[in-house]
Amino acid sequence: MSPNPATVTSLPLARLPSIAEGAAPSRPAPDKPVALEDMRLSGSRRVRRQVPQPLLRLAAPLGFLAIWQIVAALGLVDSRSLTSPLAVIEAAAALWSVGDLQRHLLASLYRVVWGLALGIGSGLTLAILAGLFRWGEHVVDSSMNIVRMVPVIALLPLIIVWMGIGEPAKIALIVLGVTFPVYMNSFAAIRGVDQKLVEAGQAFGLSRWGLVRRVILPGAVPGFLVGLRWALGAAWLLLFFAEQINADRGIGYLINQAQAWNRTDIIILGLVIYGIFGFAGDQLVRLIERFALSWRKGFQGA
Amino acid sequence: MSILPLRSSEAAFERADPLAVRIKGLKRAFDGRAVLDGVDLDVRAGEFVALLGRSGSGKSTILRILCGFDTEADGEMQVARQRSIVFQEPRLQPWLRVLDNVTLGLRERDAAERGRAALDEVGLLPRARAWPVTLSGGEAQRVGLARALVREPDLLLLDEPFGALDALTRLRMHALLRTLCEAHRPAVILVTHDVDEAITLADRILVLSDGRISLDIENRVSQRSARTDPVFEEQRAQLLTELGVR
Repeated sequence: MSPNPATVTSLPLARLPSIAEGAAPSRPAPDKPVALEDMRLSGSRRVRRQVPQPLLRLAAPLGFLAIWQIVAALGLVDSRSLTSPLAVIEAAAALWSVGDLQRHLLASLYRVVWGLALGIGSGLTLAILAGLFRWGEHVVDSSMNIVRMVPVIALLPLIIVWMGIGEPAKIALIVLGVTFPVYMNSFAAIRGVDQKLVEAGQAFGLSRWGLVRRVILPGAVPGFLVGLRWALGAAWLLLFFAEQINADRGIGYLINQAQAWNRTDIIILGLVIYGIFGFAGDQLVRLIERFALSWRKGFQGA
Repeated sequence: MSILPLRSSEAAFERADPLAVRIKGLKRAFDGRAVLDGVDLDVRAGEFVALLGRSGSGKSTILRILCGFDTEADGEMQVARQRSIVFQEPRLQPWLRVLDNVTLGLRERDAAERGRAALDEVGLLPRARAWPVTLSGGEAQRVGLARALVREPDLLLLDEPFGALDALTRLRMHALLRTLCEAHRPAVILVTHDVDEAITLADRILVLSDGRISLDIENRVSQRSARTDPVFEEQRAQLLTELGVR
């Protein structure tokens, strides 16, 4: 029960001194003078011309690129340690023209997409089992919390022994890395759904399945999306490790090869590709958020 | 009427005087501390009862037991099967639009139509497609009322439904509630700690203290002109005394 403003009116007001009872009509002013401050009111004049947000956000990276290009063009650094942005673009064009870049891109995308799909699927399934059922929590959650503490990379030798060094091993590593953040966040989100909303659902006659569908799962979506963000980061990190084992294609492989030949332009190209993919993935999650969480921002809808 | 035997009971029901609630010897303790210590309470169909009590007196506990949220009580209890509740906080599902909140859990074919009618009654039909976050406190609570009334309850439980509203909105909600109750005639149990609210709305006023109903009076104040009724102050003083304020 929160403090209630209305109860205040129930207090006996009659005890306050009133004018009718002969109290002083107004209280005397305090002896201490009041210092007044001039407030600067700018009215509506302060509206400045707005630079579009995306342009503002791009300004710093573009400036950085420009400085880098100038530094490289002036020959201030050894071109073998650091190439110029233009050289990176040239390397990309050269690799693209012979079809190498596409091959590496597709190989990496294939691994990440499969790893994410299977990892999100397993993480979410486990989270729902552990979140909705007591037995699920006992069986799943304790084991997940133990396994979670093992660094995923340390499982690599075991994965190789079990699955060999082909594609399945690479995808398996990503699956493992993705499962945990999705599981942890989704499980916490399911358990964190406001008990009062669950009670309300019960009071208005929702069945158990109805509660899951209309109250618990929608309430867990924000937490799941946080897990998804973490999962994307983990996926790209583990892709790089996966592509160190007996790979003959993929962005990680490309970077590794470039290192052997001291081709910093190709190394940086690989890093830029990682960056672009990571950024694109994040944008995708934002897009999903805008649809799935439109109730938060209070869109009126059509 | 459904029978909710907390202990075994096969309660003979008196048909002559239809009841919406019948409670006998209701007891509930939390960690050995008795909050309800033998509450007896009958509420007739269509009767508007206000349940007053200091905070911690157990008035919300009674509602939770009537709702079926709390089953660890002892005693005998029969409650109308068709019952619904309005909480202090609106408790709307934020991810469901207003209309879907109103029809939550309804399985009938014409649920959406009835939901619209209920929204119309509380004056919020234009907001049917809005998300709950865009509603003001008073609007959200009106959606809560629509959600309760669309179920055509025989018993309407109100758990301090106006406690979080500002004073002006509260007055308008009182008028709305009175109109709705006259139209639908459910039995109402209004839990509140606001004596004025109890006097302006209820037919009968109960005070819960020390785990029992310590005062049970008919409201003698004319509800049409409550504030100007000379009995108002007298009854208010009586209730406040019972609540330990004066």
